[in-house]
Amino acid sequence: MKKVLVLGATSAIAQATVRLLAARGASLYLTGRNAANLEAVTKDAATRGSAKVESQVVDLNDFNSHEGLVEAAYTALGGLDGVVLAHGVLGDQAEAQRSWEATEAVLRTNFLSAVSLLTVLANRFEAQKAGTLVVISSVAGDRGRQSNYVYGASKGALNVFLQGLRNRLAKSNVAVVTVKPGFVDTPMTAHLPKNKLFASPEKVARGLLSAADARKNEVYVPGIWAIIMLIIRTIPETVFKRMKL
Amino acid sequence: MKAWESWGRYPQVEQQAHTLVWRTDGLPSKDGSVLPHGLGRSYGDSCLNAGGTLLLTSGLDRFIAFDPATGVVRCEAGVSLDTILRLAAPRGWFLPVTPGTKFVTVGGAIANDVHGKNHHRGGTFGRFVRRFELLRSDGSRRVCAPDENPDWYGATIGGLGLTGLVTWAEVQLKPISNPYVLQETVPFGNLDGFLEVARASEKDYEFTMAWVDCLARGKKLGRGLLYRGNFAPPQFDGLPLAKSHLSHGVGLAVPMDMPAFCLNRLSVSAFNWLYYHRQNGKPKQRLTHYDPFFYPLDAIYAWNRIYGRRGFLQFQCVVPYSTARDALKEILERSSRGGLPSFLSVLKTFGDIPSPGWLSFPREGVTLAMDFANRGEKTWKLVEDLDRLTRQAGGAVYPAKDARMSPENFAAYFPQRERFMPYVDPSFSSSFWRRVNPVSLPFSLAAERGASAAPPPQSLLAIR
Ligand SMILES: Cc1cc2nc3c(=O)[nH]c(=O)nc-3n(C[C@H](O)[C@H](O)[C@H](O)COP(=O)(O)OP(=O)(O)OC[C@H]3O[C@@H](n4cnc5c(N)ncnc54)[C@H](O)[C@@H]3O)c2cc1C
Repeated sequence: MKKVLVLGATSAIAQATVRLLAARGASLYLTGRNAANLEAVTKDAATRGSAKVESQVVDLNDFNSHEGLVEAAYTALGGLDGVVLAHGVLGDQAEAQRSWEATEAVLRTNFLSAVSLLTVLANRFEAQKAGTLVVISSVAGDRGRQSNYVYGASKGALNVFLQGLRNRLAKSNVAVVTVKPGFVDTPMTAHLPKNKLFASPEKVARGLLSAADARKNEVYVPGIWAIIMLIIRTIPETVFKRMKL
Repeated sequence: MKAWESWGRYPQVEQQAHTLVWRTDGLPSKDGSVLPHGLGRSYGDSCLNAGGTLLLTSGLDRFIAFDPATGVVRCEAGVSLDTILRLAAPRGWFLPVTPGTKFVTVGGAIANDVHGKNHHRGGTFGRFVRRFELLRSDGSRRVCAPDENPDWYGATIGGLGLTGLVTWAEVQLKPISNPYVLQETVPFGNLDGFLEVARASEKDYEFTMAWVDCLARGKKLGRGLLYRGNFAPPQFDGLPLAKSHLSHGVGLAVPMDMPAFCLNRLSVSAFNWLYYHRQNGKPKQRLTHYDPFFYPLDAIYAWNRIYGRRGFLQFQCVVPYSTARDALKEILERSSRGGLPSFLSVLKTFGDIPSPGWLSFPREGVTLAMDFANRGEKTWKLVEDLDRLTRQAGGAVYPAKDARMSPENFAAYFPQRERFMPYVDPSFSSSFWRRVNPVSLPFSLAAERGASAAPPPQSLLAIR
């Protein structure tokens, strides 16, 4: 990935990824909602060695902006060969259970906006017969649990969408990489008590980029989550539904 | 609340933490006081805030600009010196002043106005800080520079994190032609030998510092090895880098707390003897990468754990040249007699270049740093004595390495304390600051300073 669009560049994992890409001298087009924060990430990337960095303040929940955004990224970098889709919200499960609006907001950001963006991007990449689409999903999408199934559903739906997209784009030499981080120590999880399973954003970013370089399909980062989720997925539903997870 | 410790692992205090994420964000509104915290490489309690909140600067780790033509780097305050070196060294720039570990933040380097092996040439870190932004708890933000808010600039450099939060800073780096240092090691037989070779080295060497054998007594008191060096000239450009030089430290790690019996008089003296004698008494020259030259301890990650759960006390003092010989003799004698001898002791000279920081520790003279495993009362009594000797010699003790100095001694060491006071942010405090400034000082400062030869009226053992 030499010319990369990073969506949601101010998120902790995206920032760490941006740094690694910058150190490799990649050209970057970054988006974020908060102008000051986006500028901080942009300047950091420029200082760390990005060949070129441009940015755009945009709320990705505005689906009408997606065509224009992708077009702007192509123009600014003179083409694109990589996308890191990193925007997303955790939401509040209790709130979502009380209100459809709260549920819808999570689905809109994590699933629908991603689908809208990937529709535009996939068509471009399919036509140019090259590129890597990296999407940050979550282990929460592997199985619905009472503690966060709305967030989990948004990621689970995304995973299925990506499977289909991967299947479709395989013949066009376009890689679709689903990255499933476990617990990550970020501002999004700042309120949670930390344990050994929490990984740093840097560690996740390294895993993400090596998966992208190797054009992997689905990866768990850190790898230990492949085993944990294998166990969680194999628990029979009759048992699972009685568990407090 | 969670138990926190600093590098010396003493004291351990309960406090909260708040992670700062963006430099444009305001400070959190918290009950009690707050204190910025970098990488916790201070040894004692100056980076701790018992019962209050630490403002963790780990999220403020972005660069803002770097100009490879002028060597000026602007970055957020949580960026580490290691990160700066990784960016700048390959482009021909190095830190103008660096402490013995690169795992400190820019904010921490400013707040303690750190010094390095080149104090006689370069002075302190603060001299190379061109400007920074100071965020106060009232929400105000000030850009501080020698010619812009100069009083805030002077108060914050060496200001122990008490004047507000430094959000970003701009530092002038210095050019190097390659990452190598031409180093020479010169043995010296005693303290006089040190003073002689150290002074003589200042003329031709940018970097000097000496390791002392803390167990040698009598005629050999203060013997050791002086390391001196300069960055290598361009003829050494393009040498292949050894693999170990690219790993940037963190090779070995101390995997667990070492049991106390590993460190005893015998093991320390064996180490010291071997270390001194591997030189065979002759000067030795070699070309080395900057990493092992400046940061030998960083190669062993978490080396502070060799002192075990109870931690250790660091003691670093500076004494003026006029009293240095006698005072250091007494200090070395006293420490080789009492408690567990210091494992790693370092002597170095400070030049007369003044710092812009009011509370800056370095001043002209000789500085000695030692660490003592915390063995309770005995160790405390020893370090208290060293404090007294330092004060009698008209010297000072370094707050960044302290967990126990008395209010009286602090006031005597830092005469600019009065001038500094009004600049302390009302919401900022530290365990150290409360310790050296009890609500009402039980003595008159002016009278104390006149009678500074007298031992402190109140025993430290009583107030700790
Ligand atoms: C192995 C080793 C060798 C050392 N060698 C030397 C040496 O040679 N010379 C020397 O001078 N020191 C030396 N030190 C001490 C070290 O350089 C200082 O303690 C340094 O200040 C630590 O920086 P830190 O980022 O870890 O800050 P911390 O220890 O976390 O904090 C230090 C102070 O900085 C303040 N602070 C931190 N960030 C900010 C901010 N953003 N705004 C305002 N205040 C802030 C804190 O409140 C605190 O008062 C050494 C330490 C170690 C462990």
